[in-house]
Amino acid sequence: MSTIALHDEHNHDHADHGHHKETLISKYIFSMDHKMIAKQFLITGIIMAVIAMGLSILFRIQLAWPDKNFPFLETFLGKWAEGGRIKPDFYLALVTIHGTIMVFFVLTAGLSGTFSNLLIPLQVGARDMASPFLNMLSYWFFFLACVVMMSSFFIQTGPASGGWTVYPPLSVVAKAMPGSGLGMTLWLVSMVLFVASSLMGGINYVSTILNMRTKGMDLWKMPLTIWAFFLTAILGILSFPVLVAGVVLMVFDRSFGTSFYLSDIVIGTDILPNEGGSPILWQHLFWFLGHPEVYIVIMPALGISSEVISVNSRKPIFGYHAMVYSLIGITVLSFIVWGHHMFVTGMNPLLGGVFMITTLIIAVPSAVKTFNYLATLWRGNIRFTPAMLFAIGLVSFFISGGLTGIFLGNASLDINLHDTYFVVAHFHLVMGSAAIFGMLAGVYHWFPKMFGRMMNAKLGYLHFWLTFIAAYLVFFPLHFLGLDGVPRRYYAFTEFEFMKKWLTVNVFVTWAAIMAALAQVAFLFNFFYSIFKGKVSPQNPWEANTLEWTAPVEHLHGNWPGEIPTVYRWPYDYSKPGHDADFIPQTVPFSQTMSSNLPHDFEGNEEAEKIQRDWELANPVPENKG
Amino acid sequence: MSLRKFITNKTTAALAVLITAFANTSVFAQDAAAGAAAAPKVDMGEIYKSVIFYILAFLAVCLFIAIIGKAIRVYELSREAQGKPVGINWNRIHASLFALFLVVGLYGVYWEYTVHGAMLLPDAASEHGKKIDKMFNLTLIITTIVFVVTHILLFGFSYIYKYSAKRKAYYYPHNNTIEKIWTIIPALVLTVLVLMGFLTWRSIFFKTEDPKNKPLQIEVTSEQFKWSIRYPGADGVVGAKNYKLTTATNPLGIDFKDLNSRDDEMADEMVIPVGKPVKLILTSKDVIHSFYMPHFRVQLNTVPGMRVFFEFTPTKTTAEMQQETNDPNFKYLFYCAKICGSGHYNMQKVVRVVSEAEYKTWIAEQKTYLNDDLRKQFNLPVAPAPVKSVADSVANDSAAVKTNQMALNK
Repeated sequence: MSTIALHDEHNHDHADHGHHKETLISKYIFSMDHKMIAKQFLITGIIMAVIAMGLSILFRIQLAWPDKNFPFLETFLGKWAEGGRIKPDFYLALVTIHGTIMVFFVLTAGLSGTFSNLLIPLQVGARDMASPFLNMLSYWFFFLACVVMMSSFFIQTGPASGGWTVYPPLSVVAKAMPGSGLGMTLWLVSMVLFVASSLMGGINYVSTILNMRTKGMDLWKMPLTIWAFFLTAILGILSFPVLVAGVVLMVFDRSFGTSFYLSDIVIGTDILPNEGGSPILWQHLFWFLGHPEVYIVIMPALGISSEVISVNSRKPIFGYHAMVYSLIGITVLSFIVWGHHMFVTGMNPLLGGVFMITTLIIAVPSAVKTFNYLATLWRGNIRFTPAMLFAIGLVSFFISGGLTGIFLGNASLDINLHDTYFVVAHFHLVMGSAAIFGMLAGVYHWFPKMFGRMMNAKLGYLHFWLTFIAAYLVFFPLHFLGLDGVPRRYYAFTEFEFMKKWLTVNVFVTWAAIMAALAQVAFLFNFFYSIFKGKVSPQNPWEANTLEWTAPVEHLHGNWPGEIPTVYRWPYDYSKPGHDADFIPQTVPFSQTMSSNLPHDFEGNEEAEKIQRDWELANPVPENKG
Repeated sequence: MSLRKFITNKTTAALAVLITAFANTSVFAQDAAAGAAAAPKVDMGEIYKSVIFYILAFLAVCLFIAIIGKAIRVYELSREAQGKPVGINWNRIHASLFALFLVVGLYGVYWEYTVHGAMLLPDAASEHGKKIDKMFNLTLIITTIVFVVTHILLFGFSYIYKYSAKRKAYYYPHNNTIEKIWTIIPALVLTVLVLMGFLTWRSIFFKTEDPKNKPLQIEVTSEQFKWSIRYPGADGVVGAKNYKLTTATNPLGIDFKDLNSRDDEMADEMVIPVGKPVKLILTSKDVIHSFYMPHFRVQLNTVPGMRVFFEFTPTKTTAEMQQETNDPNFKYLFYCAKICGSGHYNMQKVVRVVSEAEYKTWIAEQKTYLNDDLRKQFNLPVAPAPVKSVADSVANDSAAVKTNQMALNK
């Protein structure tokens, strides 16, 4: 506790100094304020998301109309779409960069980076991050990573195109495909920068949460968002370095002639000198990050939706402890399931059996979370704000996508489903759509906190319904392609007689994807318009309990003008019987809510319990109340 | 905000949007013209028409939405001005939409299951495939039940418990008994699935060998973007390979110093006798590919530097399958399922499952890999190959058929 007190004093100091001289550059560009950095992450994330979505529309067009020419494609893409048709190599580049951007830049940095930065100091009651400078660096490394990744579109050989998992030897041997030349080098450089950014962010999040909570904010009084960010950061810190290790070895293989991943390779009749390596090694290193990565993507979304669902159901989240323990369970288990990506990659089948067991166990905490969401909605008083709509959408996607995971986690079933459209459908629902919906829920919910203005709710409604319906229309039918044995990353379905029956489905899916993309225009317009012209937000627009809504609407360095508020209770006292309002912020002491206190609120503090009993004797409860 | 100010604001905004929109359209038109100049041979009139058409259509939709939005706003403001309660109860609308989504969605799922579900792969044509199908069906039933029930609850609760100013939510923070129940039940269900899956998996990859029914060895080598098939020849054993021996005349790098290699045969398609176990030996020359044969529920990646094995027993001939699927053109195929480069989408070979007799006639016609050029290269006497007694010997040779484990070829 002494550290907190110390820190508090320090910041008081800081506030007394008044602000530093803020220039345009120190305020908007090289800002060290966590709120500004959050906005930078968010807007960069949104821009990257729009780019990645655009790429997906391009390859969806190719899939839907493989035999038609679209001259406008040539206008945009030049030699990669000569005659208006995307070339096979560029098609693979499109899917690769779409995946990379979405997974790493949008759903990791855009989601975790934005909301961890915004909410951790505000919700635990800190003036800023533990290291604002590191925080700033974290953003700029991320930004550089984005720039390097996008620059690969402007080189002769095109971007990396070995799939977002960049399996060697395809990605290492430059002769194997054009994208494995300079494009792949840029991919690796970008990834190293990105991981550095993630680590700086993660270390900051963990140290802020552990050391800088305000008075009274013990771990079990933290909102579930913070728990989710905390565990996500731990996952990232432990798994991202492994990716970097793998990436560095790959750089060595590509540029310095080592053979970590290469052996016995003949391209045409050209015998490569590499000996003794194993391509499977990369898969182990990659998926040791890669699988935790999907939880790095989904856990912040789950945390956000826990908060949003509780606030808008006007009910405490059901089973707060169970929610935390299931998050912890997911965190621990996610480190021992990576092999389920490799059931049929030539890994020893003995391991397949083991990884199947751990994989299916991870479904248990996920199921607990889902049931707890449902129980939270039960007998709630649900306000359908745009954030709430997206949170409900998240739960739906999480269920739909999670259930298909039970097929894929089963090694025997994976034999026929591995690398088919079933996998595509599965992860686009469970980590793509669900995580994006979590992110959007967060944006709608905390937009007032970020920009001091409200977003237009009606455009939000429109955005939600179009996106929700379109996402299901896109991804549900894809399961069936997979069950029919259609592999993913196929440039066209024209070469196989049996795939031709899916062409109409492909056209339908492409139209649905275009609809989903256009629906985002409603969001983009709403977002950027509301930054400048939105209705000015009240301090606590959603009547929520958490600490960030006690900070003033106007942003100031250090978040709270005076002392940091003290926390007395957990964040989910909604609709507590005996209290007149349907929410009690965390900063309200029990002494002010004598009529609604419950015995377990006092956590065994006998003195407090005695005071409460005396009060209750003095103020008998009227008969038919509420 | 006054009504007038509001309308002026929106009008200006709408005007701005329109102006930008038209500006954009003309930009597109210019792009289109530029494109047309660059590649004049393609017939593109129609497509350009359609690109602009779609952009205009989208803008029209935006305009329409803006008008509706404004109408709603005017309605709400007029209600407000008259001192009446807020015009539109959005909570009720969303609740009803969720209910509607539930009903339409469940119908959609039913439609998908019945229509698209009927377009899938036929029943497994291999012994282990039947087990996989059974496992799949069980999983499908369980997950469908969970899917439907949880969605009814999710959207049902959303509908029933929509906001009402008269009601207060029920303060119900936790119930450990319920938590335990819904931890244990999924755990039990998953235990069943895990056990079944584990046993199925073991039965596929850890087979005990039947000495009377030795599997037929077939080696498949992948490279960008084709497959090479190697039959073992009379000795029933696929001979050794060494990638360093790869030349234009010996593209697989077969080591003909190994006696087992000398009678190995090449084939354009994979022909296998029905009811006999087949042991696939899968390798790759250049990058990772995936040997995917969905009708038999067989898939395994081919990895350079490794030999991996998959054993299966086909149960239906191609002819039988043609009857069963009512499709006289039906063919079994195997193709690539792991991204491997620009030709990934077209890397296939036909599999024919035939009777034992047909197989014997077919295999007798296949040529050996070893030809005169290679004989010279390996300093072997250039002489006619010994006459082979064909596939009956396949099952008899036991020399190199080892246990069915994967091994690193290093």
